[in-house]
Amino acid sequence: MTALTRGSARPNQWLRNLNAKIASIPMILTAVVIFLGGTIWTVVYSFTNSKLLPRLSFVGLDQYERLWAAPRWIISIQNLAVYGFFSLIFSLVIGFVLAALMDQKIRFENTFRTIMLYPFALSFIVTGLVWQWLLNPQFGIQSIVRSLGWTSFSFDPLYNADIVIYGILIAALWQGTGLVMCLMLAGLRGIDEDIWKAARVDGIPMWKTYVLIIIPMMRGVFITTLVIIASGIVKVYDLVVAQTSGGPGIASEVPAKYVYDYMFLAQNLGQGFAASTMMLVTVAIIIVPWAYLEFGGGRKRG
Amino acid sequence: MKLRSLAGALAATVALPFCAAHATDLEVTHWWTSGGEAAAVAELAKAFDATGNKWVDGAIAGSGGTARPIMISRITGGDPMGATQFNHGRQAEELVQAGLMRDLTDLATRENWKEIIKPSSLLDSCTIEGKIYCAPVNIHSWQWLWLSNAAFKKAGVPVPKNWDEFVAAAPALEKAGIIPLALGGQPWQAAGAFDVLMVAIAGKDVFENVFAKKDEEVAAGPEIAKVFKAADDARRLSKGSNVQDWNQATNLVITGKAGGQIMGDWAQGEFQVAGQKAGVDYTCLPGLGVNEVISTGGDAFYFPLLEDEEKSKAQEVLASALLNPKTQVAFNLKKGSLPVRADVDLAAANDCMRKGLDILAKGNVIQATDQLLSPDSQKQKEDLFSEFFANPSMTPEDAQKRFAEIIAAAD
Repeated sequence: MTALTRGSARPNQWLRNLNAKIASIPMILTAVVIFLGGTIWTVVYSFTNSKLLPRLSFVGLDQYERLWAAPRWIISIQNLAVYGFFSLIFSLVIGFVLAALMDQKIRFENTFRTIMLYPFALSFIVTGLVWQWLLNPQFGIQSIVRSLGWTSFSFDPLYNADIVIYGILIAALWQGTGLVMCLMLAGLRGIDEDIWKAARVDGIPMWKTYVLIIIPMMRGVFITTLVIIASGIVKVYDLVVAQTSGGPGIASEVPAKYVYDYMFLAQNLGQGFAASTMMLVTVAIIIVPWAYLEFGGGRKRG
Repeated sequence: MKLRSLAGALAATVALPFCAAHATDLEVTHWWTSGGEAAAVAELAKAFDATGNKWVDGAIAGSGGTARPIMISRITGGDPMGATQFNHGRQAEELVQAGLMRDLTDLATRENWKEIIKPSSLLDSCTIEGKIYCAPVNIHSWQWLWLSNAAFKKAGVPVPKNWDEFVAAAPALEKAGIIPLALGGQPWQAAGAFDVLMVAIAGKDVFENVFAKKDEEVAAGPEIAKVFKAADDARRLSKGSNVQDWNQATNLVITGKAGGQIMGDWAQGEFQVAGQKAGVDYTCLPGLGVNEVISTGGDAFYFPLLEDEEKSKAQEVLASALLNPKTQVAFNLKKGSLPVRADVDLAAANDCMRKGLDILAKGNVIQATDQLLSPDSQKQKEDLFSEFFANPSMTPEDAQKRFAEIIAAAD
């Protein structure tokens, strides 16, 4: 490619593709001003004592000290860790298994695929409300099982502070695995049929082919999926609001809800900014290694 | 036929702007959406429409917690409504300081608000740096215990007369399959119930020392420890009321599924809508029957600064209509709250409202926590008490320690 465009008198690097560069100026400006500017603004104001309206009177690390001393923030972080860990594992495993099953040239594949992907078309609010009803002990799964005769059956995760986060996890998995399945299926379809044939000739069992050959070949798909799931985890908010609004008590609080509540309900912007800066740090921890893997190691990718 | 009426309707819409030149539309936002509340706000709309203007209803569902951020972001974002509800006190403090709200001092002096509004603390809460920024419309007090007479009858015990009797009657209620105390999951309900217990058990002075003077030693002291013990009882009694909204919890009492509820006098509107009669179907105990003191918080209307002159005039008309004696009576009867003027006749007031009026006349009043604490401290308190009431493993001692810390940090 580069060899073709290189003329006899080598043009200035900066002026190459000038039209494209001019055309992308608005996007660059947007990215710098809105994304970067907004981020820096938030971080700066997180060191102030802004209440309802932002004001620049610096109080050092006070907001962060208060944040990390707040039991609600600690619970939010713990919930995010539990929710994140399980939702990452389960949506990858379930998504991949479903995709692998779907890849067995079954009949009505289209229908199944549509059914699996449908929950993804619902917003988190709707998903949350649906599962709030399903998990409600008076109307949902518990009452159905009890009406079938098993009267001691008890299943009310949303009203039990110890396991409420798993109730939210169930809803999130129901909503999210369809998408993961589709991504994985696309990855599986991208694998050359000859590889399967070669594996079969060598007499390698199917599960071994998946684990040792196919999955390593799908590295790109896995990384993309991982980033999509991970960013979804950090920003989880509406699902919690719809299902439990943080309850019982503060047992299912998440960081994003802390940010919203303190910025707008408590009229304490400084505290909200400090919390959102901490969320940014979390996202950076996820994104930076990914960016390094994707773009840093350059040559290895095929 | 159809075509003609359609043409008529079209003509009417065209004609409207001409013949209604003096009528101004004013959007009013509020969070009064439950049955009793909606009926009450319709009275305000009627009063304003009668002045020849038009009340455009901007109800925001989901209680103050949901509504206030929307209202504030509209005002700060340059899309102000004509008027908006807040609990007067410190919720709109910074909006006023930022110069976004309209100064009503002229109107207030003209109509002599200082004389007619009782108790005067209501107007004080509207006053910032000597200027008046809001029109109070009602007095709401938190300190009520609502009891279902039917539930106690079913359990075979007499209707309690105070908190201690209520706690003693709880086992009988539980035996009859009734939840003793209904408590919704919204955080403000738990925090409010605690404040009520504090006034009832520790008394007015302790309440003022803690919330007005922010004395952390009192907050950590033995008086408040007693309150936390009572809150521990309340927590035990409220186990099993798996509802979120306050009116759902009130509904448990109305239907006799729960014995009682600690809730402000706005609950009364719900009893009324359900067709229940005070003293017959339900009983109310101000100050939990222990310490008959009520807080005088409430709702007020604030008026954002508008550029449109017509609308600014209509704002004044609305403010004065809200304080009109007739509007006050009609509105407060439906709402279950007390009027802000002492000179109106509440002949139609029921049993519970009379109790409230008596206490008010005796001057046994305190300021509401909304007037005393910043929203930030209120939120921290809500976090603490919603955790406390939902988590039986949290000891009253731990909770008190955290409570004292919040009071120490409050401004």
